[in-house]
Parts: sequence; C-alpha cells; structure tokens
Amino acid sequence: MTMKMKHLTSLALAAGLMFMISCKSKPKDADIKAAVVAALQSSPGVSADVKDGVVTLTGTVASEADKDAAENTAKVTAGVKSVVDNITVTPPPPPPPAAPVATADDALKTSVADIVKDFPGITADVKDGVITITGEAKADRWKKLKMALDALKPKKVDASGLKVK
Amino acid sequence: MALQDKYKELIDAAKSSGTTNLQVAEQDGVLHIDGEAPSGAVKDQLWDIYGKIDPNFLAGDVVMNINVATAVAGAKLTVTTDSTNLNIRKGPGTDQPIVGKAAHNEVVSLISKQSDQWWLIRTDGGAEGYAYAQYLTPVE
Repeated sequence: MTMKMKHLTSLALAAGLMFMISCKSKPKDADIKAAVVAALQSSPGVSADVKDGVVTLTGTVASEADKDAAENTAKVTAGVKSVVDNITVTPPPPPPPAAPVATADDALKTSVADIVKDFPGITADVKDGVITITGEAKADRWKKLKMALDALKPKKVDASGLKVK
Repeated sequence: MALQDKYKELIDAAKSSGTTNLQVAEQDGVLHIDGEAPSGAVKDQLWDIYGKIDPNFLAGDVVMNINVATAVAGAKLTVTTDSTNLNIRKGPGTDQPIVGKAAHNEVVSLISKQSDQWWLIRTDGGAEGYAYAQYLTPVE
C-alpha cells in the first residue's frame, strides 16, 4: 500500500515535471515574436512573424549586410528554432534631380554627370541642351572634358565660367 | 557663315584627312562638326587645330564630335585613364554594378558599341562588360 502510494506520487511528480519541461521548451510564439521584435530594433524596416518557433523576416533594408545582421539577430534570440529570411535588399534611391525638365535634358544630364564626376573642381549644368561649365581645370583636363562633352551632341558647351589654369 | 570662316582651317583639315560622314552645320551661333576620322591620330590633329583657333576651347561656338573609324567590333583598345583602373560594369551606366576592372594602359577588345558613351569590352583576363568610351582609345 505504502509502496503503491509512493509509486503513484512519483509518477504524478514525473508527469508534472515533464509537463513543466515541455512547457518550458515550447515558449509561446507571441513571446518569441516580442523578443525578436525587441532585438530587431536596430534594424528598422524589418518585421518578424513567428509560427511554431520559426521566425519569418520580411521587409526592406538598404544593404546585404543589414539583411545578414537582421537574420543573425533573429537566429540568436531565445526560443527561435530557425529563421526564414525574406528580407529584400533595396539600395537607397539616388537623390531626385534638381528640376524635372525635358527628356532630352534628362538624358544629357545623366551623361554629363557621369563624365564630370571624374573632373574634380568642375561643375556642369544642363539647360535646353546647353551644357554650362563652371569651376577651374588644367588645360589638358579641360580638353579631355570638352571632347567627352561634345560627343554627347549638346547644342552648345558654354565654358565662359571656366578658369583654365 | 562667319563661323565656317573662323574654323575654315579645321573644316579643311577634316575634309583633307579622310574624315567620313563629315557634317558641318551652324545652328544658333554654334558650329556643329560631326564625322568619323580614319584614325585616332587624325582625331587628335583635328582637336589640336580646333585648340589653335579657339585657345582652351572657351568660345563655346563649336561642338565637335569626331569618332574614330578604327573603333569597330573586334578592335583592340588601350585603356587611357589618367592613372587609375577603368571600371567594367554589368550594364551601360555608372549606376550599374562593377563586374571587373581594366588596368591603366591595358589593352582590351571591343565587342560592340552600346552607344557613343558605353562600349562593351572584354579583357584578356576574361572580364566582360560595359566601360566608358571616353577612356578607351583604339590601338593604332
């Protein structure tokens, strides 16, 4: 009788213990989500969803490094079994052009910017097909620039504001 | 016609040096000279004459676009940057990812011309992509 009671008690204890353990090893998805979201505060733009301990990350970040960082952050959060990384990397858009004008000027502007960026000290402006150059440059550099600009078929290259050294 | 007189030596030189598809037109006070020079040396010569008539090209009354006829598919090109490597890009534009580099003075092959500005090239190392034509000069 005493033995039986003891046996039952230990059985009940064991069952209870097992219940507790299984409870502990399975944190609620909502808790995991809260922890992941808190950990992801350094990664704005990323949101997390949790199902059965599997975290799915979505959102947009500016670089591959940010994406990896967010994924690693989620991975090391307690309770997370695995991470599905659905984050997309979108580099920040280039600054908008100063003034939206005719298409021809836009195309010309892009090409001019591509060229002029290799010529420090020189600024170029495009308006109505005319490229206006200001700043200063050495004569041989300016010749190179002029050759490149003329190849863009502008209406005119106005360099009256350029100082040639 | 005044501009054609001012730049007569330049126009005559273009004609006599075998520049093809030569177009000389005056528009809104600017003389537009377009054509295809038989070699890079002729192109340089024309630019020298232009620079003699209009020192430092500051008058702004000429737009001269001379291409070099030898820059055709399969031609060898020298990378004529100032000293740096030339970026080879996935597509024609500086917003395109860089897929390789060609060293200063390296000789590369011209595959095709996407535009006057962007040429598709291949290096001996096998890198293939678009590079800025401004820094590529046909090997004479």
